Amino acid sequence: MPTKIEKDQISGQDTTGHEWDGIKELNTPLPKWWLYSFYASIVFAVVYMLLYPALPHVGGLLGWSQRGELQATLDGEKARRAPMMARIESTPIDQIRHDPELMTFVQAAGRTAFADNCATCHGAGGAGAKGYPTLADDDWLWGGTPEQILQTIGYGIRNANAESRMGDMPRFGADGILTRTQIADVASFVLALSKPGTDKTAEERGAAVFAENCAACHGDKGAGNPEMGAARLDDGIWLYGGDRATLVETIANGRKGSMPAWSERLDPATVKILSAYVHALGGGK
Amino acid sequence: MSIGRDGRDMRILRYRGCSMTAAVVGEVPLATAGPAADRYVDDVIRAFAVAAVFWGIAAFAVGTFIAFQLAFPDLNFGIEYTTFGRLRPLHTSAAVFAFGGSALIGSSLYVVQRTCRAPLFGGAELAWFVFVGYQIFIVLAATGYILGITQGKEYAEPEWYVDLWLTVVWVAYLVCFGGTLLKRREPHIYVANWFYLAFILTIAMLHIVNNLAVPVSLTSSKSYVAWAGVQDAMIQWWYGHNAVGFFLTAGFLGMMYYFIPKAAQRPVYSYRLSIIHFWALIFLYIWAGPHHLHYTALPDWTQTLGMVFSIMLWMPSWGGMINGVMTLNGAWDKLRTDPGLRFSVAAVGFYGMSTFEGPVMSVKAVNALSHYTDWTIGHVHSGALGWVAFISFGMLYYMVPALWNRRLHSKALADWHFWIATLGIVLYITSMWVSGIMQGLMWRAYDEYGFLQYSFIETVAAMHPYYIIRAMGGVLFLTGALIMAYNLWRTIRSAEANALVPTVPTATIAAAE
Repeated sequence: MPTKIEKDQISGQDTTGHEWDGIKELNTPLPKWWLYSFYASIVFAVVYMLLYPALPHVGGLLGWSQRGELQATLDGEKARRAPMMARIESTPIDQIRHDPELMTFVQAAGRTAFADNCATCHGAGGAGAKGYPTLADDDWLWGGTPEQILQTIGYGIRNANAESRMGDMPRFGADGILTRTQIADVASFVLALSKPGTDKTAEERGAAVFAENCAACHGDKGAGNPEMGAARLDDGIWLYGGDRATLVETIANGRKGSMPAWSERLDPATVKILSAYVHALGGGK
Repeated sequence: MSIGRDGRDMRILRYRGCSMTAAVVGEVPLATAGPAADRYVDDVIRAFAVAAVFWGIAAFAVGTFIAFQLAFPDLNFGIEYTTFGRLRPLHTSAAVFAFGGSALIGSSLYVVQRTCRAPLFGGAELAWFVFVGYQIFIVLAATGYILGITQGKEYAEPEWYVDLWLTVVWVAYLVCFGGTLLKRREPHIYVANWFYLAFILTIAMLHIVNNLAVPVSLTSSKSYVAWAGVQDAMIQWWYGHNAVGFFLTAGFLGMMYYFIPKAAQRPVYSYRLSIIHFWALIFLYIWAGPHHLHYTALPDWTQTLGMVFSIMLWMPSWGGMINGVMTLNGAWDKLRTDPGLRFSVAAVGFYGMSTFEGPVMSVKAVNALSHYTDWTIGHVHSGALGWVAFISFGMLYYMVPALWNRRLHSKALADWHFWIATLGIVLYITSMWVSGIMQGLMWRAYDEYGFLQYSFIETVAAMHPYYIIRAMGGVLFLTGALIMAYNLWRTIRSAEANALVPTVPTATIAAAE
């Protein structure tokens, strides 16, 4: 083959004598800095493989492992938390709020724990959403004292835990307990508890239906009952919505909102911290 | 074997005859006549060029849209077909396989014919099968994503029926490319073709092994992958990392090794460097995959190997950068006048940056911070936008005028494309650096009591402004690509043939032969 080695005028290098579609190649030696950097990276690799695990079942000289690194970090933070966590565990829930130092700790720990575990449903800051109660006001389905909140968070609502809070609103329409007219009447009555109504006769008919079917749980005047999670109906605060259509739907089909038993997922101190934190969000009793 | 050898000897004889007569007649004339068997197969490459532009715009558009989805989740529209989870693989596959793949296959068939002085093996028929087959693969894959048909492997989402079809097409591509190499009329194989061939062979191996699966039935799109547990993860990232290494690096280095010296009209800087960095790159890249699985169920020792091979990969990667940039020695002034070459050289710059960033991110201590954050996304895009897309734009600005024998419609528009796209990349990369490092630091921040300082949702909220900046970067990059599409369309539609094309477009292989 014809190799025609030429001298490149600009670089002073020889070409290799090959040519493809007009492309030639210079015979420039490897750049020294490139070559020595490459060697250095190989040396680094060998040293690193001695220091860190690089063979099956053989550790490195540093004794490092990823599980060890993780455990050391977790242990370090756990040790940092330990003194205050011990105090939280030994302090009764209704006493925590009277201890400013503990409450500072609760605010720091509770903020992240709430955002990671509770805010998904209850919203940032406990703002609530349809079907998920607002936690920053003083309207409580299952009671707003520290003990009641601890019970609710620890064992949850309508779940499989033996200690879970249970309370069942019947499906008055779907199960044929009330007729459509009766449901419409009782909805008129319930709406009028918090806002003046327009149809007095319907409200009167509804009052009779309410007394017979609803008052046992929600109270004669709709004041609610935290023992069974019966909502207060006279304060204009609605979990699922206070318009007539939603209310009719609630009465006809019942509501069965549920919440996990957090004691199954979080340690007792964290549950306690969350309870004190939620109590302090604004509406604790 | 002996037949091949005889055939090769024959070719060398013909080459000699050619060069002697070529020396007599001087420059190879711009002939279009001549027997069909001796003409380059170029129509199919034109189709690939058009496809690359089309899929590029599709990929950039979907990418920009899902970037806005991340900033404004309402843009998911609550419809399953338009959710981020469905559109994200559509974006990645459109960018890598549809845009990148069309650019790679098209340019490789252009380069292999010219540097071997041989028409494509299998003729236009085989090449058209590769084109049509590959486009069918793209459409099959894309429709699957939208409908939620996926095997859940990143960058290998298509289900078994698409994988099988791609295998057929890929083998046809290998035969077409490799056959052309075998019947070359040059004594040596040019370096661009080493890289293209490494890309074709390795992708075939990776694709087949990673996608081994058993379909539920022949009428079901669902299959179960042959691998399980951490072995599956290891094979997936052996595939995933080498899709980057051999598809997005080796393939596009092949592109660089032809189009930069052609546009600069300068010899390649160092033949020795091209040999050493080629083999070092090929040998080292294939082991680096485990760095995608730092701090996972993968054993510690495997992670260490993935990391040290990534470190050793740094200089072999940079060998390509040196050869690309230094080839401009004596032709730097062309950067002012040739927008295509400017794209190619900027691409090599981004290549150097991301192939340094990659080894850094593979170090365990760095990866502990960067893993799962937007830093990774920024890193990928400095490679994808800066290197892969820019080197492809450089190729298109050279190859489209050459293929259609026209002068580029507007250098000014190409300049606008360059600066708009560059600004887009800068916005993208810098916003993802800031957002990613901030995200990683927020995840690991503990307060004075030993509690995590930030909830997850706070880290998401903190990234919102950077997501908007990133999306604006995407808008700029897409805008640049639309300008290019218009410019190339006007180039192709231009009425007059142009003799000022920057090379001698040898419409026949050797008219003097």
